[in-house]
Amino acid sequence: MDDRVLDVTGLRAGYGPAEVLFGVELHLARGEVAALMGRNGAGKSTTLKAIMGLLTPRAGSVRFAGQEIAGAAPFRIARLGLGYVPEERRIFTDLTVAENLEVGRRAAPAGRAPWTPERLFEFFPNLAEMRHRRASAMSGGEQQMLTIARTLMGNPEAVLLDEPSEGLAPVIVEQMAEAVLRMKAEGIAVLVSEQNLDFAAAVADRALILEKGTVRWQGGIAALEADEDVRRAYLTV
Amino acid sequence: MEWSFLLVQALSGLASASSLFVIASGLTIVFGVTRIVNFAHGSFYMLGAYIAVTIVPWLLEFDRSPTLFFAGVLASALAVGALGVVMEVLLLRRIYRVPELFQLLATFGVVLIVQDLVLLVWGPVDIPGPRAPGLRHGVYILDQRFPAYELFLIFVGPAVLALLWLLMHRTRFGVLIRAATQDREMVGALGVNQAMLFTGTLFLGAALAGLGGALQIPRVSASAQMDLSIITEAFVVTVIGGMGSVPGAFVAALLIGLLQAFGVLVFPKITLVLVFLLMAAVLVVKPWGLFGKPEAAAGRAVLPEGILDPRPLDLAGKVLAGVALLALLALPLVDAYAVKVGTEVLVLALAAFSLNFLVGNGGIVSFGHAAYFGLGAYGAGLLVTKTGLPMEPALVAAPIVGGAFAALFGFFVVRLSGIYLAMLTLAFAQIAYAVVFQWVEVTGGDNGLVSVWPSRWAASREVYHYLTAALTVAAIIFLRRVIHAPFGATLRAARDSAQRADAIGVDVRTHRWLGFTLAGAAAGLAGGLYAFSKGSIDPTLLGIPLSVDFLSMILLGGIQSVLGPVAGAAAFHAVKDFFMPLTDHWRLFLGLSIIAMVLIFPRGLAGAWASLRRRPA
Repeated sequence: MDDRVLDVTGLRAGYGPAEVLFGVELHLARGEVAALMGRNGAGKSTTLKAIMGLLTPRAGSVRFAGQEIAGAAPFRIARLGLGYVPEERRIFTDLTVAENLEVGRRAAPAGRAPWTPERLFEFFPNLAEMRHRRASAMSGGEQQMLTIARTLMGNPEAVLLDEPSEGLAPVIVEQMAEAVLRMKAEGIAVLVSEQNLDFAAAVADRALILEKGTVRWQGGIAALEADEDVRRAYLTV
Repeated sequence: MEWSFLLVQALSGLASASSLFVIASGLTIVFGVTRIVNFAHGSFYMLGAYIAVTIVPWLLEFDRSPTLFFAGVLASALAVGALGVVMEVLLLRRIYRVPELFQLLATFGVVLIVQDLVLLVWGPVDIPGPRAPGLRHGVYILDQRFPAYELFLIFVGPAVLALLWLLMHRTRFGVLIRAATQDREMVGALGVNQAMLFTGTLFLGAALAGLGGALQIPRVSASAQMDLSIITEAFVVTVIGGMGSVPGAFVAALLIGLLQAFGVLVFPKITLVLVFLLMAAVLVVKPWGLFGKPEAAAGRAVLPEGILDPRPLDLAGKVLAGVALLALLALPLVDAYAVKVGTEVLVLALAAFSLNFLVGNGGIVSFGHAAYFGLGAYGAGLLVTKTGLPMEPALVAAPIVGGAFAALFGFFVVRLSGIYLAMLTLAFAQIAYAVVFQWVEVTGGDNGLVSVWPSRWAASREVYHYLTAALTVAAIIFLRRVIHAPFGATLRAARDSAQRADAIGVDVRTHRWLGFTLAGAAAGLAGGLYAFSKGSIDPTLLGIPLSVDFLSMILLGGIQSVLGPVAGAAAFHAVKDFFMPLTDHWRLFLGLSIIAMVLIFPRGLAGAWASLRRRPA
């Protein structure tokens, strides 16, 4: 299928002697939002890190925008147009909001309007007011906005979004969901790892469920909501 | 004392603070981004001075103008920056992921190489530099004459601070440096090529060191000893200020400059001790320096793989150890020279073993272990030469002196971890070195002490060899017992996770402190034995080069093996003893060997032996 922006086959990865991923198969179509679901320890974050090159895959193939990227350096993968928003946010707390955005800035591919701080401040109005504030003085929710904005500054074609709703107040979670939907509206494909079914249902077209390092189930988000057996088997604690 | 005199003293303190800041800022920026403590930063400083004394006089031939003088100084800084790029591309790029101990050793290898290259290019004689045109006069401040150039230097530090601030906050390169100081992996994930960023950082850092060196030429001659003296001060500044923090380095340089300027009035001989007290006080209150961040330095520290699971020797190991011991005992059958080398090997083996007791077993990377070796030697030597006591009580005193100083310094050292700990051990060692070097009335200064001879019964080389063998082997067996004992296992637990060890009720700090003291005592015994084997002692026994020799021995032997350091000491000393007389450039050779060892042989001789035996037959 040519509309696949990201295509992962047989991905294996782990930390030291510990194997975590045992041949993950997944893909992401252009402009779609897919939710990567599963319990703690199922391998969601590891999958995203291995795709991004932050963890070197032991086997398998990762194709992004038609190029093989498995084993490439993270900065090369980022330059091809894949953005990454880490679970721990990893904001540069010594830098101001504007400086954090500057670190993420990369030229846009030809023919696309680039993201600018001004455009992002429309997108995230909260951030506009604290443009020159140090990131260490921001709340968790504001930092989560900033980490997405920072990634968008790289003008990505697709974004890996790791557990965006974790540890945030419900009102912020709603804002995060809006942000994901607006990214989708801009034509950006998003692979979002998520434990929260409500959040996934609000943003995603499709869901994939990981357990013990392999994809055990995939299908439309509505099908997942309807199938209590699947939910009980793989999601509920 | 008059006010005018105090003012001039303050001004000269500010001038040296300013110079120190220029150098230390480069060190702290490089550390912030690359997490490498660059020993060769002092070499860059020295190269800056040498290049400047070469090109500035040449430029002044055309026109004795201030413009050409400063153009020459800047050109020297840029040339040194280019050398920094060479070092990054050839060496640092390969060692970003190796444990910090190896990084320190590799950059020290560069120090050794540069020392020999400087001697090759510029010769052994100090080269005085030209004075700065337009700034040769003195300025009268409240009737006190003050050199105009020093006054100018006072303004260089703040000017460099301002320029660095602009660079860090107003340019993309600077913002990326600050981001990478905090989280370089995330910077990479945002599409920034770290290799380019690191190369640029090394250029900046080396150029600042070169600028510091080039600016010194009207005040001091370029000499081949500049590197190690400045690097210690720069380390102290960056540690006090917080590693990676430029404003911290500025404040720390001011503190130290003023402390030295006024300390000289109160305690003329022990200004270095004051600096040490300041550093100790700061680190006790703020273990990561005035402006440092704990997570930046300690969170990502990679310890070398240490001793994992000490086992009793198997048959092959027993045979090997037995053969080695028999060979040492049989040395008197060969010739007198073999006995001399054999005695030295035994002494160094104990010193190396005691160091690996800290590094491999305790994860405490001491960069100044020679201090305890040297202090033991001086303790024994002073007892014999000043009080006339015989060898026997002196050999009892040696481990006590080594252990006592290890207990004193260790009290502060064990409060830190990772790179800060290594820097503190280095600073303590340098202070001990400086005191021994400067306290001429007692220690004989540079000349050291002579006629430290054994008692009559042990006067023959052979008998002394057996005495040394008996004491060193006993001490090594004792330390090995400790490694196998619960105390050793506790140290390993604290090494692998201080927090978890703490959580199960281990008093990590006290265990480490006892371990540090014990290792210092063993090194002190080795030092005492060494003193009597030579008949004389001098300050090099406490110097950084000897500390690095010890580290090279345990690295060569393999820090993850219990007895490897003994083999490492023997191999290292035999090779050094064989090569040193053959070449004038043994430092070049040693530096290249250390780097080669770090790059291709990180598990040492014992590691090679183990993998040889694991190979299926």
